[in-house]
Amino acid sequence: MNSPTPQFVSSRRMSVYDPIHQISMWGEGFKSNGNLSASVPLIDEPDMKLDSQSEDASHGILGEPNKYDQEANKPTDKIQRRLAQNREAARKSRLRKKAYVQQLESSRLKLMQLEQELERARQQGMYIGGGLDSNHLGFAGSVNSGITTFETEYGHWVNEQNRQITELRSALNAHIGDMELRILVDGMMSHYAEIFRMKSAAAKADVFYVMSGMWKTTAERFFLWIGGFRPSELLKVLGPLIEPLTEQQRLDIYTLGQSCQQAEDALSQGMDKLRQLLADSVAAGQFMEGTYIPQMTSAMENLEALVSFVNQADHLRQGTLQQMSRILTIRQAARCLLALGEYFQRLRALSSLWSNRPREPA
Amino acid sequence: MDKVTRLASEKGVVIFTKSSCCLCYAVNILFHELGVRPVVHEIDHDPEGREMEKALLRLGCTAPVPAVFIGGKLMGSTNEIMSLHLSGSLTQMLKPYQALS
Repeated sequence: MNSPTPQFVSSRRMSVYDPIHQISMWGEGFKSNGNLSASVPLIDEPDMKLDSQSEDASHGILGEPNKYDQEANKPTDKIQRRLAQNREAARKSRLRKKAYVQQLESSRLKLMQLEQELERARQQGMYIGGGLDSNHLGFAGSVNSGITTFETEYGHWVNEQNRQITELRSALNAHIGDMELRILVDGMMSHYAEIFRMKSAAAKADVFYVMSGMWKTTAERFFLWIGGFRPSELLKVLGPLIEPLTEQQRLDIYTLGQSCQQAEDALSQGMDKLRQLLADSVAAGQFMEGTYIPQMTSAMENLEALVSFVNQADHLRQGTLQQMSRILTIRQAARCLLALGEYFQRLRALSSLWSNRPREPA
Repeated sequence: MDKVTRLASEKGVVIFTKSSCCLCYAVNILFHELGVRPVVHEIDHDPEGREMEKALLRLGCTAPVPAVFIGGKLMGSTNEIMSLHLSGSLTQMLKPYQALS
């Protein structure tokens, strides 16, 4: 540690020989109110204001400056010790400043990285926080990785779905045998099983995202029922397309449709009950402070229950598909799956056409 | 004989539920739609509720509630009931217990 050389800076407010002033000039960390405390300003430049303050406060410790006029050129033990303490305080101050600046630098880097990620995600139209507009940060303002994963995987799923539909169409047109057809049908059924698995994981990440069908196109969302399509509706649409059917098959499909309808009604009423319970939980204990929810626990439990409803609805969808494949012959099942796939392709196309339609100038 | 098994064999169709469980409510609605009036036991309002819940899980029910017993036999929870209904088996099983309309 090199000892600072005395610098006799002239100041109109201080005696040149005032060692206190000199110390303040050398060591930025010195607070001359007596306690060489650790809390010092984080700037290196000598703080003239601080010095004048020090001078005003200093007379309580060292008395009048005049006292030291004669002694200024001979540093006493006391002053030596004070110099050393001052150097130490200054060193610590510099170290702290260095650490603080390093922290600022790394935070700045992190911020830049996050901003880049955000921009990239926005451009890809990914899910960020809540809200229908994918560019809106939403209340949470954070990226939900479970949902981001789902959206990415869903993109792949749709591509594979389109490929399978094309393959199935060609296969049926080419009149391939039942064995090969079965492979394609099984493949498509597994593919549907995949989307239900993905939705289950997504529901755990954000049940409201799944409930609102956020990944679907606008026209698809119009038909939304508890986070997906309504099985009974689909049966009504597909039924006529898989003719000819045997009488038994027609009856079986009709019965399946009835069962679907009943199960859907039961789930819908369960959902209504859930909404009612949630409303009651939120409203309970009124005439209290603003957003405070006395029955927070019940309200949260109600929201948790949504996950089970979404899972049940998906279970119903998958169950309907499986029942259909049991009722139908392999060729009928193939035509059914083709019709189903094409139906959703058309809904997606319709959404696209709708959003791109020429609009009247306002 | 534990409480669950005893209560389950008292009537043809027995459902163990919790008062706050909306899926339980849905399953009950389904049975009503099928013309059946099940006996409902709310285990959260039963002093032995905790033991009953454990017993239901031990019997192999995927979720403690709703737990559906038909003819004293455990049929399962919501998942199982929905599957049974889609396959047409549920209506068959409930035939002896349907209320005369």
